Amino acid sequence: MLVAALLSGLVLGGTYALVAMGLTLQYGISRIMNLAYGEMIIAAAFLAYVMFSGLGLNPVAGLLIAVPAGFALGYAVYGVMMSPLVKRARDKASLEIDSILATFGLLFVMQGVMLVAFGANFTSYSYLNDPVTIFGTTLAANRVLALVMAVVFGGGLYLLLTRTLWGTALRAVAVNPAAAPLVGIDVNRAARLAFAIGGGLAAAGGVVISMYQTFTATTGVVFTMKALIVVIMGGVGNLIGALSAGLILGLVETFVATYVDPGLTLAATYGIFLAVLLWRPAGLFGRVAR
Amino acid sequence: MNSFQRRRVLRTMALATTMLAAGVMTGFAGTAAAQERKSVKIGYAISKTGGNAGGAGITTLPNYKLWVKDVNDAGGLEMPDGKKLPIEVIEYDDRSSAEEVVRAVERLATQDKVDFILVPWGTGFNLAVAPLFDRHGYPQLAVSAVTDKAPDFVKRWKKSFWMLGGGHDYAKALAKILADAKKSGVVNGKVAMISVADGFGIDLVTAARPAFKEAGIEVSYDKTYPAGTSDFSPMINEAKVSGADAFVAFSYPPETFALTQQSQVASFSPKVLYLGVGTGFPAYGKNNGENANGIMSLGGIDPNNQMNANYRKRHEAVTGVAPDYWGSVITYASLQMLQEAIKRKGLDKAGVSAELASGKFQTVLGETKFEDNQLRQLWWTGQWQNGQFVGVMPTERAGVSKVMLPRGEWKKK
Amino acid sequence: MIRLLSPAIFLAVVAALAYVPFVADSYGVTLGIGMLGYVTLATAWALFSGPTRYVSLATVAFFGIGAYTVAVFSETIPYPLLLVTAGAIGLGVAVVVGFSTLRLAGVYFVIFTFGLAELIRQLVTWYEVNMAGTLGRYIFLPVTPEGIYWQLLALATITFLISWWIGRSRIGLALKVIGDDEVVAAHCGIDIARVKLALFAISSVIITLVGAIQAPRWTYVEPVIAFNPTISFLTLIMALLGGANRLMGPILGAVPLFLLFEWLSANFPNHYSIILGLVFIAIVFVLPRGVLAFAEENWKRWRRTTPENLPAVAE
Repeated sequence: MLVAALLSGLVLGGTYALVAMGLTLQYGISRIMNLAYGEMIIAAAFLAYVMFSGLGLNPVAGLLIAVPAGFALGYAVYGVMMSPLVKRARDKASLEIDSILATFGLLFVMQGVMLVAFGANFTSYSYLNDPVTIFGTTLAANRVLALVMAVVFGGGLYLLLTRTLWGTALRAVAVNPAAAPLVGIDVNRAARLAFAIGGGLAAAGGVVISMYQTFTATTGVVFTMKALIVVIMGGVGNLIGALSAGLILGLVETFVATYVDPGLTLAATYGIFLAVLLWRPAGLFGRVAR
Repeated sequence: MNSFQRRRVLRTMALATTMLAAGVMTGFAGTAAAQERKSVKIGYAISKTGGNAGGAGITTLPNYKLWVKDVNDAGGLEMPDGKKLPIEVIEYDDRSSAEEVVRAVERLATQDKVDFILVPWGTGFNLAVAPLFDRHGYPQLAVSAVTDKAPDFVKRWKKSFWMLGGGHDYAKALAKILADAKKSGVVNGKVAMISVADGFGIDLVTAARPAFKEAGIEVSYDKTYPAGTSDFSPMINEAKVSGADAFVAFSYPPETFALTQQSQVASFSPKVLYLGVGTGFPAYGKNNGENANGIMSLGGIDPNNQMNANYRKRHEAVTGVAPDYWGSVITYASLQMLQEAIKRKGLDKAGVSAELASGKFQTVLGETKFEDNQLRQLWWTGQWQNGQFVGVMPTERAGVSKVMLPRGEWKKK
Repeated sequence: MIRLLSPAIFLAVVAALAYVPFVADSYGVTLGIGMLGYVTLATAWALFSGPTRYVSLATVAFFGIGAYTVAVFSETIPYPLLLVTAGAIGLGVAVVVGFSTLRLAGVYFVIFTFGLAELIRQLVTWYEVNMAGTLGRYIFLPVTPEGIYWQLLALATITFLISWWIGRSRIGLALKVIGDDEVVAAHCGIDIARVKLALFAISSVIITLVGAIQAPRWTYVEPVIAFNPTISFLTLIMALLGGANRLMGPILGAVPLFLLFEWLSANFPNHYSIILGLVFIAIVFVLPRGVLAFAEENWKRWRRTTPENLPAVAE
């Protein structure tokens, strides 16, 4: 039972981490609080659904289309909508308010377009819904895939950010966007790239989630909020933080459901989140900075 | 800005705000010209966005569209003098907010001055607008509202009609199926039960506990979970080890889909599997194919009712989606009842309400009538059998199918 | 002269609004309730969040507490006491929350307050299901829409007066310093924690009362309805758009936005989301610093070119 709860918790947490990593890049490096993030996830989920049910393309192969599409969308959104806001912003606070309002608008536009295109119905299909046995525990293959992707993307991007010059530039922008140009970093380009990578990660999350979770055109907000919780709990801009926060939330949820009461899973999730913030006001891996 | 300027701005703004507010409130009062009637205005507020949009988008809205098209294609609503008037629709989005739905219905009643108002989706929203329907004299044909309090509501709001029964009806029917199965030795009489912590789930589970007890069914696992839960493996594992061979979930659509998938992964194959809202969705049958066979839920249809079969075909052809097997057909029938009552009594709201309460109507369900303002000719339990979700309870109703138990093991795809 | 004129106009506005239910029909009153509700929420929100720059998403937590208190006690406590009870519970929660959270900063505070609202909703749900054995409560109180309208108007007036008073009192000054620089504020001898806590408590009690007053309109209350997160977001957007640190800002954000939402949902039920989204994006790009800042700038420019207003330019 313990092993089962542990593994189910990790697998569930993998989904949360996968969903949150793109947002932590977008907010941490590009400094855009993207409220339309969940809509990007849902858009990718619809794309996967259409490719699967319409063209018979399997969603894993669909990733090869969805992820570049998400990257392109992120690149375009940043270039068209965000960079003018960044350019004219006088300080961090006014950029924050502008980007919240603008992405709030984007959220509605994307949601509205999906409502018109797909209606308000529940959409679901199942792919890779096969049992996989690990250490005597049966898990769903599609959920294990989500965990694997979270670890691979999280670990891979972490290595890129910490071991390459290019990654160092991105991190420099995250730490101090004002000083980065002094050492020859093109801040606008770096931020745009990070935002686009975030879009690609959102698309990857959306495709994987669509394999096992029912979604509608209006459920994006749920993902945005979950992702925000994970991002904040892990510390803004920190991939490893997002990964561990996601896994912790998954474990808490599963353990509470198994040993306490399934009715308290979400209460426990939020409780842990609040407790972590009270203990470390800038998240698990965050540094207090103003 | 100094204080002088500030005061000046303040004053101007305050004035402007008042003018605006007053102007809006009085200015909205439309001018209803007393010309000859060319159409019948029918209005509704429904959740097109927000959390309720998924439910409203499958059970309610397509049927409103279908009915309006059917009526207008036939020349319009027939009046007592034989004249036909086309329907003019006014629709609003309540954005899944209780405050919005109240305001939208108020606007339909007093600004648009519509002749009749169709109901919103959901138990809570039907209750939120009930006082307004009552105050403005509109009959309220509440379909997607499951409540045991219907008899009380009918006393409070005389023109309200409740068409989907209450938790007790569904729970008792299920208890009887389980008791019969126990008697014939199909199941061991133990049931694991989970329910969504939301109005619907709690209504049903609180009705189910005494009903199961009375029927001699032992509940070996009984938990609620918050709406929006996506991983059910802990609960499925607990149910598995609880010794129950019947599993009941009073769940909402996303969870119903998730439970079905995750039970397959966990090779959890109880002899009786009963799931909540969403089981009767056409997508459920399509996604699960043969594996749906034997799964039970609320609602159902009489597979040999030709009128209903025609309705289902037309629904799919006109709206592009198939109707669900529970509330959809009742929604359409409620509209047919309204249509027929208008034909008999005209546009007099009180007359139509009285006619609805006492008259008999031909609908896609067959002959339909209210008992104490409630529709009681319902399928309390249905089961997927060979690609159709058929009614299996109450057994004394005409057109009932025989319940098939135990359901088989999951089939590998 | 001017000193007397401002209060006179304020009184006249309140009196005119109080008179509205006598001339407007029931939809007018409904519209007024919605508008006053959001005006009060936005003003109360800005009371705390404007000067301190703590962006709170806990609005619906307190709004829901108010609504739920009314639902739970509607049959056992007489109506005026019901509001007092709701306010007291709101105050209690606000003090506890305030003590523990006000040391968080920036976006951490934002998401914390969102998490808090969800936590309270989950706990209420769990309590209702497991302890009370029900979910969804009925409110059958003999309160008319006009009654709700007047109560909200009174609350809005009080909120506005509090906001005005704080703006010119010592606390207001202290708050402005906190908003600009907390370290400086601390060195000036301002008890930051106490001022913030007091403001948070006042703002939360008002928000709780809005929920309590509006609840009887729904007849039926369940956590999903009472703790609808949209309320937090709309309040925040309204106050931000109007300019959260001006007295009139929240009103200037709430009234036009509310009417815009109403007009859009009445006229474009199928494309509401898309149009609303485009409007938001357009607002951000056209009006860079909130409606009021925009209005002020234009006003100043206009004054500069008008000769009789020369003294004002000289300042």
